[in-house]
Amino acid sequence: MSTSSFIDKTIEGLNSKGFILEYVVDQYNEYNVFISANNALETIKYLNADLGYGFLVDLTGSHYPEKEGSEYQVVIHLQNLVENSRIRIKSNLSKDNLEFPSLTSVFSSSNWMERETFDFFGIQFTGHPDLRRILNVDDMDYHPMRKEYALEDATRADKNDTFFGR
Amino acid sequence: MVKVVEAPEGFEGQGFFATSLDKVIGMARANSLWPLPFATSCCGIEFMATMGANYDLARFGSERMSFSPRQADLLIVAGTISKKLGPVLKQVYDQMAEPKWVLSVGACASSGGIFDTYSVLQGIDHVIPVDVYVPGCPPRPEQIIEGVLKIQHLAKTESLRRRDSDEYRKMLETYNIETTK
Amino acid sequence: MSELEVKNKFNIQASTETIDGEIATLNLGPTHPATHGIFQNVLKVDGERILHAEQTVGYIHRAFEKLAERRPYNQITPITDRLNYCSSPINNMGWHMTVEKLIGADIPKRVDYMRVIVMELARIADHLVCNSVIGVDTGALTGFTYMFQEREKIYDLYEEICGARLTTNVGRIGGFDRDFSPEFYTKLRTFLNEFPKNFDEFGSLLERNRIFMDRTIGAGPISAERALNYSFVGPNLRAAGVDYDVRVMKPYSSYQDFDFKIPVGTEGDTYDRFMVRQQEIRESLKIIQQALENMPSGDYHADIPSFYLPPKEEVYRSMEALIYHFKIIMGETPIPVGEVYHSVEGGNGELGYYLVSDGGRNPYRLHFRRPCFIYYQAYPEMIQGSLLSDAILTMSSMNVIAGELDA
Repeated sequence: MSTSSFIDKTIEGLNSKGFILEYVVDQYNEYNVFISANNALETIKYLNADLGYGFLVDLTGSHYPEKEGSEYQVVIHLQNLVENSRIRIKSNLSKDNLEFPSLTSVFSSSNWMERETFDFFGIQFTGHPDLRRILNVDDMDYHPMRKEYALEDATRADKNDTFFGR
Repeated sequence: MVKVVEAPEGFEGQGFFATSLDKVIGMARANSLWPLPFATSCCGIEFMATMGANYDLARFGSERMSFSPRQADLLIVAGTISKKLGPVLKQVYDQMAEPKWVLSVGACASSGGIFDTYSVLQGIDHVIPVDVYVPGCPPRPEQIIEGVLKIQHLAKTESLRRRDSDEYRKMLETYNIETTK
Repeated sequence: MSELEVKNKFNIQASTETIDGEIATLNLGPTHPATHGIFQNVLKVDGERILHAEQTVGYIHRAFEKLAERRPYNQITPITDRLNYCSSPINNMGWHMTVEKLIGADIPKRVDYMRVIVMELARIADHLVCNSVIGVDTGALTGFTYMFQEREKIYDLYEEICGARLTTNVGRIGGFDRDFSPEFYTKLRTFLNEFPKNFDEFGSLLERNRIFMDRTIGAGPISAERALNYSFVGPNLRAAGVDYDVRVMKPYSSYQDFDFKIPVGTEGDTYDRFMVRQQEIRESLKIIQQALENMPSGDYHADIPSFYLPPKEEVYRSMEALIYHFKIIMGETPIPVGEVYHSVEGGNGELGYYLVSDGGRNPYRLHFRRPCFIYYQAYPEMIQGSLLSDAILTMSSMNVIAGELDA
């Protein structure tokens, strides 16, 4: 949760620079700010340098296959330790253009977080020094967290599911 | 009351003891197994508790943990083995010298456990031959000790020629493990 | 990189003992007795000084996030156990609090205090493992044997509440399945009386030990700015000098009622991390004492019939209880649509849960913000220029738990 005055100041600052596409205050009183992938790096740099959001809490992705044109989403949580304020930044990506700028120049911790998101969803982070798989085997040819892939290993031959109704 | 290992049956006399070779070797092997703890995840912590003072695996002869495969008899695989780690496990097993036994501790090592996913090996017996399986998630230290006792029973009663036999070699071939002899 | 490039980049003067002035590649892992967990480091060493480290993780990738999309909310608790398995109750409680935040449940104070007791016991257990293992890596095996005895006592307490030793799966969404028994309180009081003495004995072995201090002071330091840039959290960040603790910044489970200090170090080296954890164990003992003394009366679970199983006597007698029981087990309770991010202070720092719900019986997306995964990235920078044995010490003092690293 964020202190309301500082988060309003944040929204004001972001709006004045034209970074926000839209923002939503959800039922838990948290701010979800949607930005465009094109100027994501400037937005994060502005938040880091001018508004004091110097702590990258988390960077991850999501896959919404029903939303035509914005199937993938990059979700970033930032925190301002001095003002004790948290903000959630999201950016929608279409499956034909899965590119997002890498934040490694701003936060060193985003290195592995971006590799993990690439490993799971296939989102390409442009400008990343070493974008390759991190948790899965290197020769895996698909991105497993996408909704079209099953949880189990498809090549398993010894499992008999006839009694389990799957 | 300290219980010492019983001597095998044999003829005893002044300064000599005659018995059959396999009984003595079986007794020696069983009571001095040097384990290699291949501990990956939560079962590794339960294994550390088994080694601790409360449950003390050392009183069964496994005092010295060997971390080098070349010096170990018993490979204790405790924890989840993923597909990325499978070749590493096989390499560690290959480096061990005969006779060697494998104890699979925990549900994940025995059959994949609750992780029926794309990245977890559904049981280490897909890559190496296993002698004793200890189920549990994680198994209690008493269960791990029972597993080690079963391995001791196997070591004691194994025939000396087993590792050279054709049946054993055929079994290793099914795992694609090369036998050098 | 070529030898000259490596030397120029890291500004290292070659020592005179190198063999023909060449840099050796040393493979540390993935299975190595000194690395507590399965991760590989390919080191470029110049004699014994480390120039560069190349890390490979993912050897225990168990696909928790994909697995969570298949399981209803109640069945995800056993998975969260296996994240940081040295302190699994904290993971469980964090997950329950995330779901309670999603559904907007009102939790009674008694549940909060009970949760605090369980979480602080877990924190003590986690720090005991880490500190005794730092001792083992410097050669001091006695502390390990003593402290694992204390961990057995904590396991005894867990068994009183939930029946399991390590992967506890403790609690329910909305509280606990039963109240703490009188035996638990007796055992807890015995523990609180006896543990400080034994713990001080362990402390006296290592804390002011000349050899230990010489080994650990200056090993693997990191400055506060670099630590923040690498998103360090938990004892590692507090050893570097930043007092960020989720229990204080964003209090959950009534932590604001308790009076405790946050120990902070200065250099961010191994000795500071060791001492921060030692002090945190003492502070946790204080918190448990306060929770025990001020335990409020009340219910041990929240009043959320759609998520919390009704008592069995009612299930056999009343129609509503039967229907709720059926719906909860089959996973047909109404879950609000939305997304939340909740974090708790785990043994290693801020453990976060990002949960997206689409109203169905399983989460749509669940992401774990795992502290080990994020701060382990800084390891090459921390060990650069240090000796190999210091690198081993640094790794064990960072408390990298493989289950949390790979998830």
